[in-house]
Amino acid sequence: MGITDSLKYYWNVKVVGQPFLHWQRRQAERRPKVSSRWRSDILSPPLRIGAKTKELISRHYLEGRYANGHRPVAWVTSGGPVEILQALGFYVLYPENHGALCGVRKAVVEIYGEAENAGYSTDICSYARTDIGSMLSGKTPVGRLPKPDLLLACTNICQTVLHWYRVLAKHFEVPLILIDTPFVYTKASDHALEYVKKQLENSIPIAEQVAGRTLDYRRLKEIIHLSKDATELWLEIIGRGRHHPAPMSVFDQFIHMAPIVEMRGKKETVDFYAALLKELDENIDKGIGAVRNERKRLLWDNLPIWYRLRYFAENLGEHGICVVASTYTNAWAELAPLMNLEKPLDSMANTYMHPILNQGTKYKLDTMKRMVEEFQLDGVILHSDRSCKPYSIGQIDQRNLLIQEYGIPALLLEADHDDPRAYSEEQVASRLASFVEMLDD
Amino acid sequence: MKIAALGIDVGSTTVKMVGIDAAGEIVWHHLEPVDPRVEKQVDSFLNKLKQEINSLNNIPLIATGYGRNLVHQAVKNITEITCHAKGVYHQLGHGGTLIDIGGQDSKVIVIGTKGQVVDFAMNDKCAAGTGRFLENSAARMQVPIEEMGTVALSATEEVAISSTCTVFAESEIISMIAHGVEIEPILMGLHRSLIRRVVAMVRSVGLVPPLLLSGGVVKNPAIRKVIEEETKEQVFLPEHPQLMGAYGAALFALKLMAS
Repeated sequence: MGITDSLKYYWNVKVVGQPFLHWQRRQAERRPKVSSRWRSDILSPPLRIGAKTKELISRHYLEGRYANGHRPVAWVTSGGPVEILQALGFYVLYPENHGALCGVRKAVVEIYGEAENAGYSTDICSYARTDIGSMLSGKTPVGRLPKPDLLLACTNICQTVLHWYRVLAKHFEVPLILIDTPFVYTKASDHALEYVKKQLENSIPIAEQVAGRTLDYRRLKEIIHLSKDATELWLEIIGRGRHHPAPMSVFDQFIHMAPIVEMRGKKETVDFYAALLKELDENIDKGIGAVRNERKRLLWDNLPIWYRLRYFAENLGEHGICVVASTYTNAWAELAPLMNLEKPLDSMANTYMHPILNQGTKYKLDTMKRMVEEFQLDGVILHSDRSCKPYSIGQIDQRNLLIQEYGIPALLLEADHDDPRAYSEEQVASRLASFVEMLDD
Repeated sequence: MKIAALGIDVGSTTVKMVGIDAAGEIVWHHLEPVDPRVEKQVDSFLNKLKQEINSLNNIPLIATGYGRNLVHQAVKNITEITCHAKGVYHQLGHGGTLIDIGGQDSKVIVIGTKGQVVDFAMNDKCAAGTGRFLENSAARMQVPIEEMGTVALSATEEVAISSTCTVFAESEIISMIAHGVEIEPILMGLHRSLIRRVVAMVRSVGLVPPLLLSGGVVKNPAIRKVIEEETKEQVFLPEHPQLMGAYGAALFALKLMAS
């Protein structure tokens, strides 16, 4: 780590960047501006917390931009056990989150084009293609991504990450920690938990070597504590969707979930979600719903279609339909009870074995059933995501079983979370319109 | 002729308009290939009808089909899924599983015992399993589209077309012709390939008998035969299979007027 880089980091991040972002947020809070394109006739004004979300995300990428040479940098998968890295002072970048941001900013086509030009197939996950495209070309809407000193891939979300991170490791010539999490069909066996714990233990000396410092277990516990607090708050937040009208739609959740994915283990993330929860409770008291005139309530399964969030919110909102719950945002909340700071490594092994994508399809079906009942839902939209096979497998059966058991309509929509070329709006529009008519029938 | 309500179905290939009397019977209909200037075409449909019945005052019109949003004369728009279900149910008097093979998409609609849509599936983002698949192939083999089915049924043998992609199927056909394969077996293979795609959709929603069929493609006799072979179910056709979307729209217009 160099003194020049540290000076550059302090000047750009601490002296100039952060105060500017803070000022920008305060301005936005003082004079909240609603874009003229916002459909105020059907949607309530955007949540006030949006200014803070923007500040946090911008600050995260700003810190990343100047991190090299000042702090060790790790790139990790979204389900990666990040607490050890946080405790060692790593700046942690989530390429999947970056991919989502590229999708929302509609920058993906140009970036993954770089990967495709280099020979990566269009059949590869669009997050992986976006990341590899960014790696090869340096293109990103956030200015610049820091180069990793360490890579951490955990197979609890898919097997693609294994091959994807090997590509990164070869390109950047840095060590890759691989955490292999055996699939949980019904129950995690003791030996599987032990196996994951062992891998976590083995990863510590590698991460320590890259960071140039020793892991402080007290710090690790503090971080797990903060991770747990933020996750519990997020669980409460998405649970507020049970209210009629729901104070927040999943399209808002998709945006405000960024900190729980990429900033777990930080005090400011806990404060952020406490403030969001407070705002939702105020709105509940005032009877303000995300969709004005909420008539019908839906469940969303699978990843968002990042480049068309607003379209879905408006198209459904126009008919008084609010998507109030999703298995995806729930995936970042439901593991809170498994986190135990008294037994950090055991608890991490247990937590990271149990994401929804590392469990059998029945688990997802049961989650959806529970949500249909608890959130009093009138229908389900299942996004069949071309890029995310582990999430999409079983959806046809899950759809049919939900229809059979609850007699509610369920729609399977083919698209891709980050590749607009695998999405056809005219086809989606005609299916959504028919689905809306079924909901009213 | 006393027309009480009108329905128009602006599809990707043809525009259909149906007039019904107060009892819900079809008393007038008109069909034309779709014109890119849809609004002008709808005007000409209405003018044609006006010449026949003098006045269109107080006759409600509901639009359906892909171009439904362009029909500014309509009092309301309803999707083709709901309209097809309504039309077929009203004409046949019972529910079931309806296959509608259109020019741009194919739909499988499960119609409930009261004529409501219970479930539906549509082909996604791909022309395989749609009328366009046959249309393209017919052009490639220089067989008029109206004769395709009859020519296919005259085949004594059948070849397998493995590509479900319309464009690749065309390449496959070119290659087969180059290898001296006759047109009839290729045509039969094309029908099989199309219907297998459609039957996969039927299976995805679950077949609730009886099996019903609508859409312009049903004029092709091979379609019905292959569907029956592939599903082992007898297929029932409404009297005007191509008009069911417009008919359903007209029935909704009649109901709207009554309320």
